[in-house]
Amino acid sequence: MTERVTVTGPRRRRPRARRQAVAAEIDAQTQLGEVYMRALLRAQLRLGLTVAGVVFGLVALVPLAFTFAPRLTDLELLGVPLPWVVLGGAVYPVLITAAWFYVRHAERIERDFAEMVGRR
Amino acid sequence: MTANSSAGMAAVIVTAIATILIGMYGVRAVRTTGDFYVASRTVTPWWNASAIGGEYLSAASFLGIAGLVLAYGTDMLWFPVGYTAGYLMLLVLVAAPLRRSGAYTLPDFAEARLESTVVRLTSSVLVVAIGWLYLLPQFQAAGLTLRTVTGAPAWVGPVVVAAVVLVSVLGGGMRSITFVQAFQYWLKLTALALPVVFILLAWQSDGRPELATPEEPAFTDRTAVEITTDVTIDVTDPVTVRADGTIDGEPIDDELTLTSGEHDITAGSVLTFPAGAQIPHASQLTPMSGEHWALPMRSGGDHPLYSTYSLILALFFGTMGLPHVLVRFYTNPDGRAARRTTLTVLALLSLFYVLPPLYGALGRLYTPELLLTGRTDAVVLILPGELVDGAAGQALTALITAGAFAAFLSTSSGLTVSVAGVLSQDLLGRRVRNPVTGFRLGAGLALLIPVGLALSSPTLSIADVVGLAFAVAASSFCPLLVLGIWWRRLTWPGAVAGLITGGGAATAAVTTTIVLGPQDGWLGALLAQPAAWSMPMTFTVMIVVSLLTQRHVAPGVDRTMVRLHTPENLDLDRGDWDPEDRWRHP
Repeated sequence: MTERVTVTGPRRRRPRARRQAVAAEIDAQTQLGEVYMRALLRAQLRLGLTVAGVVFGLVALVPLAFTFAPRLTDLELLGVPLPWVVLGGAVYPVLITAAWFYVRHAERIERDFAEMVGRR
Repeated sequence: MTANSSAGMAAVIVTAIATILIGMYGVRAVRTTGDFYVASRTVTPWWNASAIGGEYLSAASFLGIAGLVLAYGTDMLWFPVGYTAGYLMLLVLVAAPLRRSGAYTLPDFAEARLESTVVRLTSSVLVVAIGWLYLLPQFQAAGLTLRTVTGAPAWVGPVVVAAVVLVSVLGGGMRSITFVQAFQYWLKLTALALPVVFILLAWQSDGRPELATPEEPAFTDRTAVEITTDVTIDVTDPVTVRADGTIDGEPIDDELTLTSGEHDITAGSVLTFPAGAQIPHASQLTPMSGEHWALPMRSGGDHPLYSTYSLILALFFGTMGLPHVLVRFYTNPDGRAARRTTLTVLALLSLFYVLPPLYGALGRLYTPELLLTGRTDAVVLILPGELVDGAAGQALTALITAGAFAAFLSTSSGLTVSVAGVLSQDLLGRRVRNPVTGFRLGAGLALLIPVGLALSSPTLSIADVVGLAFAVAASSFCPLLVLGIWWRRLTWPGAVAGLITGGGAATAAVTTTIVLGPQDGWLGALLAQPAAWSMPMTFTVMIVVSLLTQRHVAPGVDRTMVRLHTPENLDLDRGDWDPEDRWRHP
């Protein structure tokens, strides 16, 4: 007969206490609470600016490329000129992918923040 | 009345009646704003995204893009790209915080974040300006459509659309009915997608002729062109035509040689051109050879690189500042849903915006006479009837007409509600005691001014005017939202100074272009596409003035930041500002 073991969860109390503490710090607008808030803002802003910057940068290259490398505009894909391929179709999947990437990562940042503060 | 025009008329009437009926049904289904508030919690991102798409796809998207592509080619593809990318910028910079702010209108947001009624009032004036600028081309497009499809005089369209919008807005508020707007998206998508299949098949069976021959566009066969609006045409090569009507003020019914230079042609005239004749362009259009048409960076006037970048900036950063866009975000249950909805919106818009350029490109081949009549914006309406014969062609034309009307109605309802709300709350507020009377008065005013402008102002390309509205939004509300959401040190004097200088300068530039027409040289480029200088100007003024007035930082800014940025499922103190208060205690 196997020996009976009582399974306990001794670590449960401490994190909850810590979580409540973080929420309280934010509510009370203490310096510590502000540190948490600023970290959240900075993470979200960095993500947003990165995605915006990369997409805007890529798109902004297109007029430059067409102006200074006019030979690009002579290329064709299945009979459609390259500028039409890029602006009439190819750009859209890029936008959607960037949006999907952003949503995924923004939600992850919020999950991490929620872990720290504790759910309702 | 021909069979074609009665089918078109029927489509217009059905769309109008359906809109009014649904508006009335909406009154019964949504009795209080509270109901709307509760209902909004049950709308899934999918329906919400369709609704946002439905409201966003305006006359500029449905008709304007194809018209611009027909006339100016590749460079005009930036319009659909920018309209779509605007939602990406909105997503990554403001979507979730904007929803979490709980603001219903842009002035609401400004007041909640900066805790000042001055900034609220300034925002209100700008909302009205942008709203009117955006409504104007909707009404012009309505006039164009009714005239093209049914032959009605040009004033009928704006008046009909304004009347239907007024009835439905006063009757129940289109805003409360997510499903109507959602349905409008799918109607618009079908109305463009189905005819495109037939058009492409017709092109295929025609032996897939080259879309852009290197020369300037010419009539392939002997072609009779009926002029339905007075037009001034610019003849480059003298051409002998058979003319019946009034040319340069002289009645004529004979052979006539049009000499080089401008000629006035009165409505009702018919010009028959011989095969191979070069097509004289309406004087407001700049002729382009097929070679240039097919290439990028050829149509931006004297400074194509500047104009292209300025347009990209305006479209990318203007979307978030449009008055009717924010209202729709409110129907998302929370910030996370707002993000997911925006992602879906991007996909839906991408699906739609692939289509209009096809109409423009094939229109240059099959309906080049629009370059002469100057009504290139009508290409979407005309092309299916031109390429598909008989009853099928009529049915497709009726479908497209219904789609176009859905575009005018949904966008103008959304804008009218936003502008009327702001007019009645913030600008008429103290003078009219009863809020319902105030809203009605606001709705009337919101429609009256742009309809008046649409009837009196020179015909500008639809997508161009909408582009101008984007430029003003990008130079005013984009900086306000981005700085307000991410920068605690923004103060109300800074925000007001930025809105007035940048927003005001963009509005002035845009108004000059509309009133005086396009100007030459650098000045013309700077006035026609102001975003590249006015948007950085607003950002700079807002930042500098804020730094100089740090004692005016909103006292509750830290609490507001918690509200804007933390997920709703966290139990945190978000302050007591609640925009829904006003619905609960009217």
